[in-house]
Amino acid sequence: MEKFTTLTGIAAPMPLVNIDTDMIIPKQFLKTIKRSGLGVNLFDEMRYTQDGKEIPDFVLNKPQYRKSQIIVAGDNFGCGSSREHAPWALLDFGIRCVISTSFADIFYNNCFKNGILPVVLPPAAVETLMKDAEKGENARITVDLEAQTVTSSDGQSFAFEVDAFKKHCLLNGLDDIGLTMEKAAAIDTFEARAATARPWI
Amino acid sequence: MSAPRTLYDKIWDDHVVHTSEDGTCILYIDRHLVHEVTSPQAFEGLRMTGRKVRAPEKTIAVPDHNVPTTLDRANAATMTEDSRIQVEALDKNAKDFGINYYPVSDVRQGIVHIVGPEQGWTLPGMTVVCGDSHTATHGAFGSLAHGIGTSEVEHVLATQTLIQKKSKNMKVEITGSLRPGVTAKDITLSVIGETGTAGGTGYVIEYCGQAIRELSMEGRMTVCNMAIEGGARAGLIAPDEKTFAYVMGRPHAPKGAKWEAALAYWKTLYTDEGAHFDKVVTIRGEDIAPVVTWGTSPEDVLPITGTVPSPSDFSGGKVEAVQRSLDYMGLTAGQKLTDIKIDTVFIGSCTNGRIEDLRAAAAILKGKKIAVKRAMVVPGSGLVRAQAEEEGLAQIFIDAGFEWRLAGCSMCLAMNPDQLAPGERCAATSNRNFEGRQGRGGRTHLLSPAMAAAAAITGHLTDVRELMGENA
Ligand code: SF4
Repeated sequence: MEKFTTLTGIAAPMPLVNIDTDMIIPKQFLKTIKRSGLGVNLFDEMRYTQDGKEIPDFVLNKPQYRKSQIIVAGDNFGCGSSREHAPWALLDFGIRCVISTSFADIFYNNCFKNGILPVVLPPAAVETLMKDAEKGENARITVDLEAQTVTSSDGQSFAFEVDAFKKHCLLNGLDDIGLTMEKAAAIDTFEARAATARPWI
Repeated sequence: MSAPRTLYDKIWDDHVVHTSEDGTCILYIDRHLVHEVTSPQAFEGLRMTGRKVRAPEKTIAVPDHNVPTTLDRANAATMTEDSRIQVEALDKNAKDFGINYYPVSDVRQGIVHIVGPEQGWTLPGMTVVCGDSHTATHGAFGSLAHGIGTSEVEHVLATQTLIQKKSKNMKVEITGSLRPGVTAKDITLSVIGETGTAGGTGYVIEYCGQAIRELSMEGRMTVCNMAIEGGARAGLIAPDEKTFAYVMGRPHAPKGAKWEAALAYWKTLYTDEGAHFDKVVTIRGEDIAPVVTWGTSPEDVLPITGTVPSPSDFSGGKVEAVQRSLDYMGLTAGQKLTDIKIDTVFIGSCTNGRIEDLRAAAAILKGKKIAVKRAMVVPGSGLVRAQAEEEGLAQIFIDAGFEWRLAGCSMCLAMNPDQLAPGERCAATSNRNFEGRQGRGGRTHLLSPAMAAAAAITGHLTDVRELMGENA
């Protein structure tokens, strides 16, 4: 997994609430057995017409947002299906950070497994950043994971919370399977104890 | 004496393998369910790192999401190339890693959340995960069950554990009894209508109260199934005599002395008097009406007697979302819900594809004909299908003009050929009405099986109570 330390990039404004994972990557693209290559179909049904032409009004099709690395989104981003294809598609497009007032639980966790930082901020802060993002490519937003801050293009800074363990893994690009496997002895002990306490499992 | 604990606290405590200083836990997983869409990359990850499945005997796989449900599906040519590759990948992964498997050809095949309980894999007090958000369904047994992403699927395959932080406790109490014509689906949709799709974010919900106790196991599964649409990590219902009766005798349920030991443990699985909940929602069972969704979020719920709302009834970001919903759904504010014409009826999914759901729909349909362009019943498993045939329900559906399909997810998410055309309007017993969920441009109204049957007969959204005669 790629590390996330600091990022300064173009932010695309997506004020819509409840952007679900079906919108982020529609199901016809889940038939892959790979993780890569989903970026072209990110937001497919909002981004292209039925015959595959770009819809010019869609934010990521606008010239100033084609290289976005951040999305500033409405409430409850990533709700719905657990598909990890959603963060895979975001990452493949080049998005490394999503900022919103709230995220759906599974999507939020999935981001951290893929080097994407989801940032939760209060409504007023998201509104300020949304306005900033609307200014286009000259308004670069800076996200600093170590310091836990997001800074708008005109220097307004907002602090955010992030779980210490998740932060550690993301800063260092750590694979949590490897970390858990270091605890194999504890798992063995647990299994032995559970086999006596609940032998029907 | 130890402090009073909730049901969630108890299950959690019994599964913690290790706690770090910051409160991050390694949680042991008792059952891992796997399907073809969210697992290929996880197995690939194991191969690349030379890892094995740690507990293949606790891992159960079944293809469901993109298998065709037409009678000719034994012929692989009925599948698209990419679907076939995914199903074949699961066939191979199940074999290579030695996990329990129900292939498409097995009568026990079906939707993973229906097969698990049906085969007795899901038991009270367990931790159950699956790379699928509707894993919450299994919470109906008093097991802690939730969806995970593919990286976590790989983590569970390799270690039989998950890295977790504990959620907060939320109680949803449904007091009193439901009125006739009102079902588990109406409860779960009404709760989401009340709390919103983010109302449960950060919580595990325990559903309780008389109306929940009075539900069958099938109904309880319907309620827990949609906990995820309310944003919750999981939904739970404390096990009781109904739960034990449902589990007893299932192929993978404990037998003999193990059964007795299990039963004694299961009876300790309830929320202690005085245990703390961080959030409480109470709804009177009598106040719940048969409901339908009008928009493109499961929180867009109204009693069938209502009218389509206007964006100006809302505030904040929801205003734009409602306008977008109405445009997408082709509805106008003020329109009566019962005036909405329906093209297609879909009965099935892990929300409402169990035998009781088919009975409820068949009771309304008996002796009637459909007035919609197409209608299909997709049983949740091969065994549900067989039982419905034995009970004569299949014939009622067929006589009414329904297609009688083989088991799978089908039009719930339309990854197989069962899809809506742009603009086609569907009354569906599934759980998501998102844009494009049932096919690009397709319009979905979520409702109960009885309400879906009523819409099939009249050709528009209908208050099922009007078709129930003096029972209503
Ligand atoms: S029936 Fe629908 S919701 Fe349930 S597992 Fe299948 S696709 Fe998911």
